[in-house]
Amino acid sequence: MSAGEQALTAMPGVPLALRGPASVRVVAGFGFWLFLLSDVILFAALFATYSVLSGSTAGGPSAAELFDKRHVFLETLCLLASSVTCGFGLLALHRTDARAMYFWMAITLVLGISFLSMEGTEFASMVAAGAGPTHSAFLSAFFTLVGTHGLHVSLGLVWLVVMLLQAATLGLQPMVSRRFFCFALFWHALDIVWIGVFTIVYLGAK
Amino acid sequence: MDMQVQGQGQAPGVDPHDSQGARSYLIGLMYAVALTLASFWAATTPLVYAPAVPVLLAALAIAQMGVHVSFFLHISSAPDQANNFLALAFGVFVTALIVFGSMMIMTNLNHNMMSMDELMKMQR
Amino acid sequence: MFGRLSWSAIPFDQPIVMGTCATVGAGLLVVFALVTVKGWWPYLWREWITSVDHKRIGVMYMILGLIMLVRGFSDAIMMRTQLALAAGHAAGYLPPEHYDQIFSAHGTIMIFFVAMPFVIGLMNFALPLQLGVRDVAFPVLNSVSFWLTAAGVLLVNLSLFVGEFARTGWLAYPPLSELAYSPGVGVDYYLWSLQLSGLGTLLSGINLTTTILKLRAPGMGYKRMPVFCWTALASNLLIVAAFPVLTATFAMLLLDRYCGFHFFTNDLGGNPMMYVNLIWIWGHPEVYILILPAFGVFSEVVATFSGKPLFGYRSMVLATMAICVLSWFVWLHHFFTMGAGADVNAFFGIATMIIAIPTGVKVFNWLFTLYGGRVQFTVPIYWALGFIVTFVIGGMTGVLMAIPPADFVLHNSLFLIAHFHNVAIGGVVFGAMAGYSYWFPKAFGFKLNERLGKAIFWCWFLGFYLAFMPLYALGLMGATRRMQHYPNTHWQPLMLVALAGAVVILLGIALTAVQLAVSIRQRHANRDRTGDPWNARTLEWSIPSPPPAWNFTRLPSVERTDAYWHMKEEGVSHRALPGTFVDLHVPRNTPVGVFLAFFAMILGFALTWRIYWLAVVGLVGAVAVVLVQSWRTDRERLVPAEEVAAFEHAHGVLPEIGHDRSDVRVASGVGS
Repeated sequence: MSAGEQALTAMPGVPLALRGPASVRVVAGFGFWLFLLSDVILFAALFATYSVLSGSTAGGPSAAELFDKRHVFLETLCLLASSVTCGFGLLALHRTDARAMYFWMAITLVLGISFLSMEGTEFASMVAAGAGPTHSAFLSAFFTLVGTHGLHVSLGLVWLVVMLLQAATLGLQPMVSRRFFCFALFWHALDIVWIGVFTIVYLGAK
Repeated sequence: MDMQVQGQGQAPGVDPHDSQGARSYLIGLMYAVALTLASFWAATTPLVYAPAVPVLLAALAIAQMGVHVSFFLHISSAPDQANNFLALAFGVFVTALIVFGSMMIMTNLNHNMMSMDELMKMQR
Repeated sequence: MFGRLSWSAIPFDQPIVMGTCATVGAGLLVVFALVTVKGWWPYLWREWITSVDHKRIGVMYMILGLIMLVRGFSDAIMMRTQLALAAGHAAGYLPPEHYDQIFSAHGTIMIFFVAMPFVIGLMNFALPLQLGVRDVAFPVLNSVSFWLTAAGVLLVNLSLFVGEFARTGWLAYPPLSELAYSPGVGVDYYLWSLQLSGLGTLLSGINLTTTILKLRAPGMGYKRMPVFCWTALASNLLIVAAFPVLTATFAMLLLDRYCGFHFFTNDLGGNPMMYVNLIWIWGHPEVYILILPAFGVFSEVVATFSGKPLFGYRSMVLATMAICVLSWFVWLHHFFTMGAGADVNAFFGIATMIIAIPTGVKVFNWLFTLYGGRVQFTVPIYWALGFIVTFVIGGMTGVLMAIPPADFVLHNSLFLIAHFHNVAIGGVVFGAMAGYSYWFPKAFGFKLNERLGKAIFWCWFLGFYLAFMPLYALGLMGATRRMQHYPNTHWQPLMLVALAGAVVILLGIALTAVQLAVSIRQRHANRDRTGDPWNARTLEWSIPSPPPAWNFTRLPSVERTDAYWHMKEEGVSHRALPGTFVDLHVPRNTPVGVFLAFFAMILGFALTWRIYWLAVVGLVGAVAVVLVQSWRTDRERLVPAEEVAAFEHAHGVLPEIGHDRSDVRVASGVGS
């Protein structure tokens, strides 16, 4: 790059949009952000379907009859806590403190697994009680919406394990830390979706 | 490649006040727990006028999502966050449209048209 | 062991299908044999199949689109022939179950595997070049996107020979598409092939949006981007926002079909109209995804060949972004007749009329650009002029149907068919052909044969009017779509005219192949050594044709719109001076895309036929490919300064457009 171009791009008054191509970190982060937004829209379609079909119980059990708010409250706290511990892990990564990062990410993993096991037991008990997803449109929509969120959490945890292995084998090089930042974005976004889930599905149950 | 200083804004999720570290997460956690407790309370308490409960729940949920976006994701209206903020706004716009648009249309349809159950009974 | 797959899946009793199978099989064998004998496999693998270069990927998308155009158009000819024959008591030659698969395949292929690849291919090729950068944001993901689309193509084509295709139309409405009423594998083929290619498209949308927003040459602010980049931005934003809805909706239908869920079934509370609602929330933005890049191509073409800047840059950009937002407010106009009340219908009808306004602004801007310019009647301008006339007619019939009472008469009639082909052919196809002939010299270094190009245009233009104007009339007379035969013999003459039109278009398609062969043979005579055969305005024309892997040896420093035009006017060159060459890095080619798509295809095929162990193989393979790729650290290839210098010296000729070489100086940035 010529001296003139460097002058252009480093000049303080030059607007951000004119400074030429962004760094890999910014490009990767923004691209992942767009992917997350597309994922949120996927959930929007599922939320819309749930809202439309939530009354179609086909004579079977309705939302209010099935959901245990205490259970959901615990799940919510688990996921929220895991969001915060993930943030701590990211701060440790930023300081290149590998031990602290592994520690906080391990806590995140444990909290995520707790969330999933609680959700799993809820699903299993519903199916055992004859309220599985094939019994009505409402139940299909419920299991799909909440199940898709749970699937995202599961895949996120698998991704986290892979990331921890990569950090252990490749070290905390830029490629690896970029991916941790993307994971953190993903994890926070899942918690945001969960806010929608517990509000609309569980607290909004009639 | 020929990359240079801060072209095209900041990546999402980067904390502009790095030195304060955990503070942002802890404050966010505090607000989020409070809003969660408030939501669960609002859904079960007899103290709130019943038809207003959905509105209250929506407001609390939106507030908590805002807390997450601001304190955990560090998205703001700062100039170097412009792309991230606008992308988020577009996503929120489309989400709202899909959810509320579908609900309004399907209510309208269900109101005007015979339900599937009744239609199927006519087939037999 | 093999799920529902057995030898009876091959339609030995259908001569037309077996004949096609034999022809296609023979053709593939010939191609493979030729490539093997000539020893081209290593070259193809190294330079094309594993390429992560946006230019190569763009070309491959175009090739894919052109090949699928042949299949989609064969379906069209078959339908036209059937309708020309099946008047009164005649039954035609295609039984209904076969005809239903043909119209379903025709629509699915034309939208997803012809139009989308054309549009994405053009954007892939041109965007980084117009933005003045080296590649898209995520080159490997780009390759994955292409190969996933190819996997979808392969699945759709397999359905012709092994099993059957959906009989439900190109959108597969339930309850017909539910397991109870479509128990075969057709709908499953449809759903899995579109889930795969849909994922590829979504990734492409993310890739290109990030490229436009984060990767532009120094000095290229948003208001200095070419208009094609703005329309590409709007189109890709729509892709990112709309395709997840398609994925979710198809996923719900798949859950109904595979796991016995009840989203859209007739019983246990399912609501088929919710599918219709969701699918059109995707479907309407989809048509804008297709048309916006075509608008962008025309903006470039009209400005270049009028020798003037595009009229009304600001209003073009505003109109484009307005369309991007407004396209979310009209989707119910696809199902006015399906149960909504007058109030809801009225809102969407009015919104549909409003969205015609920004398009009108664009048309006026193109006309004002042409007015007062010295117009060169090249092949791309022919397509542009044909587009302006044809698309406006199609747009007008669309606004006509935006009036709900009118739509109650015309919904699902041949009038509707005529309208959407009018805008799709007049807009998307003409745009793709214009972009193809405009950017071909940049991609390959020689122009396409002009005379044949004009012949192709006339075939499409005249053929279109012959084929579809009768359909407007027929629609008004009461003829419906997806109609295998009809009792009213008075309709037959018009059907015959429509068939004639289809044959004329077929001639145009055949001539496209001929033009390619002839142009390749004449390439030395038509070689372009300047990189700028059209005396154009934007940055892609400032580098040699074909461009090197790294596009720009030195990223241009942009000061205004139509950056290259002004560089030429001021006698300024951004080409790097000898002695300033440095080592460059380009992304290394990788087989990740083709391997991932291979396993994805196995997964899709296995799930279609319910061969669950094979599906697991596909899934595990795909995951393994991703994991192996994620551990790779050697992602870039060094291009030594000597190679860069050698390329620059070999292509050292600067465009000689009326400038004395002695006053050429090198731009060194703002203020110096």
